[in-house]
Amino acid sequence: MNSTTGGVVFERVTKKYGDVTAVDDVSFHVAQGELVTLLGPSGCGKTTTLRMVAGLEAVSGGRVLIGGTDVTLRAANERDVSMVFQSYALFPHMSVLENTCYGPLSMRTDRAKARAMARAKLAMLGLSEYEARLPSELSGGQQQRVAVARSLVLEPAVLLFDEPLSNLDAKLRRRVREEIRDLQQSLSLTVLYVTHDQEEALAVSDHIIVMDQGRIAQQGTPDDLYEKPQSRFLADFIGDANLVDGELRVDTNGASFVAGGVAVPVRAGAMASGPATLAIRPQRLRVVDAAQGLLPGACRRASYLGSRIEYIVATAWGELLVFDPDARHTRRRDDAVGIAFDPDAVIVLPR
Amino acid sequence: MEQAALAPAVFVPSSRDRATMVVTAIAVAALAMVPWAADGGPSALLRAVNGSTALWPTLAAALVALICSLREFDRGTATAAGFAVVWTFGAALAEGAAGPSFGAGAGIALTALTVALSRAIARRGVFNGDATIATIVVVIATLLVIFIFFPVAKALLAAGFDAQGRFAPQLALQRLLTEDIWGLGCFGGGTNCGVAINSAMLATIVGVTSTLLGLVFALVVQRGGQRYAGVLKLMSILPIVTPPFVIALALVVLFGRTGIVTGWLDAWFGIPRSRWIYGLPGVTLAQLLTFSPIAFMILYGALAAISPAMEEAAQTLRASRARVFRTVTWPLLRPALANAFLLSFVESLADFGNPIVLAGNFEVLSTKIFFAVAGAQNDPGRAAALAMVLLGLTLLAFWLQQRWMGRLSYVTVTGKGDGGTPGKLPRPLWYGCFGIAGTWMFFMLVCYAIILVGGFVKDIGRGDMALTLHHFAQGFGMDFGSRGTLFVGSAWDSLFTTIEVATVSAPLTALVGLLAAYVITRHRFVGRRAFEFLTMVSFAIPGTVIGVSYIVAFNVAPLELTGGMAILVLCFVFRNMPVGVRAGVAALAQIDKSLDEASSTLRASTLRTLREIVLPLLRPAIFTTLIFSFTHAMTAVSAVIFLASAKYNLATVYVINRVEAGEYPLAIAYSTVLIFVMLGVLFGMQRLVGDARLGRRAAQPMLVTGH
Repeated sequence: MNSTTGGVVFERVTKKYGDVTAVDDVSFHVAQGELVTLLGPSGCGKTTTLRMVAGLEAVSGGRVLIGGTDVTLRAANERDVSMVFQSYALFPHMSVLENTCYGPLSMRTDRAKARAMARAKLAMLGLSEYEARLPSELSGGQQQRVAVARSLVLEPAVLLFDEPLSNLDAKLRRRVREEIRDLQQSLSLTVLYVTHDQEEALAVSDHIIVMDQGRIAQQGTPDDLYEKPQSRFLADFIGDANLVDGELRVDTNGASFVAGGVAVPVRAGAMASGPATLAIRPQRLRVVDAAQGLLPGACRRASYLGSRIEYIVATAWGELLVFDPDARHTRRRDDAVGIAFDPDAVIVLPR
Repeated sequence: MEQAALAPAVFVPSSRDRATMVVTAIAVAALAMVPWAADGGPSALLRAVNGSTALWPTLAAALVALICSLREFDRGTATAAGFAVVWTFGAALAEGAAGPSFGAGAGIALTALTVALSRAIARRGVFNGDATIATIVVVIATLLVIFIFFPVAKALLAAGFDAQGRFAPQLALQRLLTEDIWGLGCFGGGTNCGVAINSAMLATIVGVTSTLLGLVFALVVQRGGQRYAGVLKLMSILPIVTPPFVIALALVVLFGRTGIVTGWLDAWFGIPRSRWIYGLPGVTLAQLLTFSPIAFMILYGALAAISPAMEEAAQTLRASRARVFRTVTWPLLRPALANAFLLSFVESLADFGNPIVLAGNFEVLSTKIFFAVAGAQNDPGRAAALAMVLLGLTLLAFWLQQRWMGRLSYVTVTGKGDGGTPGKLPRPLWYGCFGIAGTWMFFMLVCYAIILVGGFVKDIGRGDMALTLHHFAQGFGMDFGSRGTLFVGSAWDSLFTTIEVATVSAPLTALVGLLAAYVITRHRFVGRRAFEFLTMVSFAIPGTVIGVSYIVAFNVAPLELTGGMAILVLCFVFRNMPVGVRAGVAALAQIDKSLDEASSTLRASTLRTLREIVLPLLRPAIFTTLIFSFTHAMTAVSAVIFLASAKYNLATVYVINRVEAGEYPLAIAYSTVLIFVMLGVLFGMQRLVGDARLGRRAAQPMLVTGH
C-alpha cells in the first residue's frame, strides 16, 4: 500500500480566526484503507481539521493532499471527499432516494444511472424499503444510515465522519459503530473520523490522533495510546487513570517513585531523577487487607456496579480509584486496607 | 517555531474561468453595438467616435478588462472593470442633464462590468473565492447605493442649493432653523407650532397610546385563552390589507361636519356641528386605529414568550395575582413596550395617508414635504430641509431602539418548552382591559363597516343612505359592447397599473431580499456587517423622504426614470427589501447550515445548493415576502404619490385625489375593492403556503408593518 498516493496528507496546516489559532501546525496522514480518528476534548480543533479536509474551511497555512493531489485551494465541491455530518444534514424536503441521488446528479450523471447507484448503496445498508420516505419519517438510526449511504454513493477517495454517533442513544451507538467499522473494513474505505468519545475511538480506529488546544498531543494505535501515554493529558483523557505527582529517583539499584513519604519501585525507562507523575489505571490496582500491599489506606467509598466494585481509597498519595472485578468480596466504608500493584503496570511521566 | 515561514494560503483559481471572459465580452459587445442612451441612438463606441470624450475611458477600461480576463490576469480585470463602472457613473453624473440618459447599452455594459468585477475579486480570494457569492453581494450593494444612498444624499444636499442651483450652505441652515419647523407657538397660547414640533408631539401621543392599547389587547387575547384567537388573526391581517387612508375616510364619514355621529349629536343633544376631527384629534385617532394592531402584535408575541413557569414560580412563592403581574409579568414586558412605542412613533412620523385626509391646519412633516415639492411651491431646497428633519427624527428613534433593546432584552424562552398555562390577570385589571379592548374593537369594526357599506349607498358622508351601485359603475364600469369588453370605469387604469407594478415588484423584492439574507447568514466575508446594515437601512427611511429623493435624483440624466413604470417598481423593490431580508434571515436561522455543507461536499456548486436546497426550504419565507411586497405595493402612498404619473397612476394616489376633490363615495368604493383584492391574494397565497409547509419548519408569523 503506497500511503503517499492514496489517502489524505495533511501537511503543516494552520487555521486562524483573527488572533485565535484553532489549528496550529498540524501534520498527519491517513493511509488508504485505514480508519483514522481525530480525538480530543471540545474546542481542541478536531472538527476544524476535518472541515479543512472537506474544504468547508479554508486553511490559513499549509497543504492538504487527497489521493496525491494538492487540493488546498479547491472548494468543497471540487474535492473527492464525502462527509457524514453530526446532524446527518439530510435534506428534509427530499425522499431518501432523492437524498442519495443528490451527489451523482451534482456530477451530471444521468438520472437513471444516478438512481441505480443510489439504490445499490441503499440496498447495501438495508434501506431499500425506505427509499420513498422523507427523512422525518425515519428513526435516528435509519437517518444515520441514509447519511452514510448518501456519502458512499460517489465512492469518494476519503470518507469523513463528524461525530456520527452523538445523536444516537447509548445502545444504538455501540451497534452503529460496529456497523461503520465492518463497512469500512469490507469496502476498505479510507476514513477520517472525529469524536470526543475515547471509548468510541478505541473501538473503531486503526490509528488515533489525539488533539489538544489545536495541536496533536499524541498519535498511535489504540493500545499504544492506552498503554503508553506520553503525557499527563493523554493518560487522563484516554481511559481512567489515577495521577500522582511526586519525584522519580534513579540510582544504580533501579528506579523508585516517591510521593507522600512512600516510595515504590517503578520502571523508569530512559528518564532521569526529578519531578514526575505516576499514572495508574484503576483496574491495575488491587485492594488488599490492611498491612499488605505497597500503600496503606482507608476505604472511603465502595460502589457496587455488578461487573465490578469501584473503590475510592484514601492514601498518602491522595484518593485513588480502584476497580475490583471480584464483586463478591466487599469492603466497607472506613475499613483499613492496603493497595497493591505491579511495578510493570504503572506509567511514569515527566512532570 | 517556524510558524512565520508558512506561506498564507493564496487563492489560485483551480480552473479556467470562462464566465468572467463571457461577461466582459458581453460588456464590450454592448458598448460597441447596443444603443447607449434611453432614447435609442448610437452605441457608446459611435458616440465616442463622434466626440463624446467622456466615454473614451469607459471603452478603454472595458477593453482592458476583456484582455485581462482572456489572459486570466484577475487583478487587471478587477481594476479595469471597477474603474469603468465608477468612471462611467461619475462622468455621467458630472455631465448631468446635458448628457444622455442611460439606456439598454449602458445598463447591459455596466451590469456586465460589475459582475466581471465581482468574479475577478472572488478569484483573488475575496469572498472566500466564491464567485456566485461575490456577484450577489457586489451587485446588490451597488444597486442599494444607486437606488437608496445616491437619491437620498442628492435630495438632502438640495437643502444647500439656491433656486439657481448655486451652492449656498448658509441657506441650508436658514431653511433648517425656521419658525415654521421649530416654532413653539402653540404652547404659549399662540396659534401654531412648527411642523417638526407637531410631528414629534403627534408621534409621542400616538406612540404612548397605541402601546397601551396594544398591551390591553395583548393581555385580553393572550390571557383570555383560545376564545379570542379570532381577534389575533384579525389584528394580524388588518394592517396588511388596509390602505393607509381608509381609517381616515371612515372617521370623516362618522365625525366630519356632515358626519353620521355629528348629525346624531346635533339632533339629540344639540351639540353644534364642528370641524374638530380635522387636526390633531382626528389624525391621532386615525393613527391609533391604524397602528395599535402593530403594537398589539409585538406585545402579544412578548407576552406569549414569557414562560408560564416564571409566573407559577412567583405564585408558589406566595405572590398574589397582582404581585405576580407587578413583579414578574410587567418587568419582563418592558423591552417589548419600548419596542412597540418606538415602532408606533416611527410609523406615525412616516404616515402620510391619514394626515393628508385629516390634518387640516395641523401640519406635519410628511405632508409638508409633499406640498413643498408638489403644487405651487415647488421648492426642492425646502423639501430637502424638511426631509432632513424627518429623517433625523426617525433615525433618532431607531437609534434609541437599538440602544435600549441591546440592554433591555431578557431572554425568557429556553430550548425546552415549559408546561403550564398562562397566569390569570388580577381581577380589576382584567375587567379594565376587557372593557377598553371591547370598546376599541367595536370602534374599529364600525370604521371598517362604514367602508364596506359606504361604497353601496348614495352619499354616506352626508347621511344619504339610498342603496346604489353608481359609485362602482363610475369607477369599475364595464361595457360588454359589440367591440368586446371595454373597461370604461375611471378607476380601471390605476387598478391595472397597481396590480401590474405589485406583480412585477413582489418577486423581485423576494429575490433580492432573500439572496441578501442568504449571503448574510451563510457566508463569512469581509464587510458582511456593513452589507447587512446597507440592506436594512432603507427600512428606517420614511416613504416621503424616499419619494422626494427619487423625484430629485431620477428626473435628469443619466438616470432619468420619472414618469415611467420602472421607477415605481424600483421604489417598491428597494423599500420593501428589508422585509425580505428579515424573513429570510429568520427562516435561514431555522435551517441547519450543515445542509448547505452537505450539498457542497456532494459536489454541488453554490448555485445548485441555492436552487435545490436553500430555495425549497425557504418557501414559507418566500411566500411571506411575496405577500408583504404585493400588498404593500398596493397600499403604499407616501413614496409613490411623488412618482405616479398621469400615464402610470396608482390606486392609492387615485383615491387620494378623489378625496381631495371631495368624492368620498368613489374613494370608499375603491378602498373596498382594494381591500378585497388584497384579501383574495392573501388567502390564495396562504392556501398555497399551507400545502408547502414542511412540518416543524413552519416559519414564525412575520410582523409586517406599512408606512
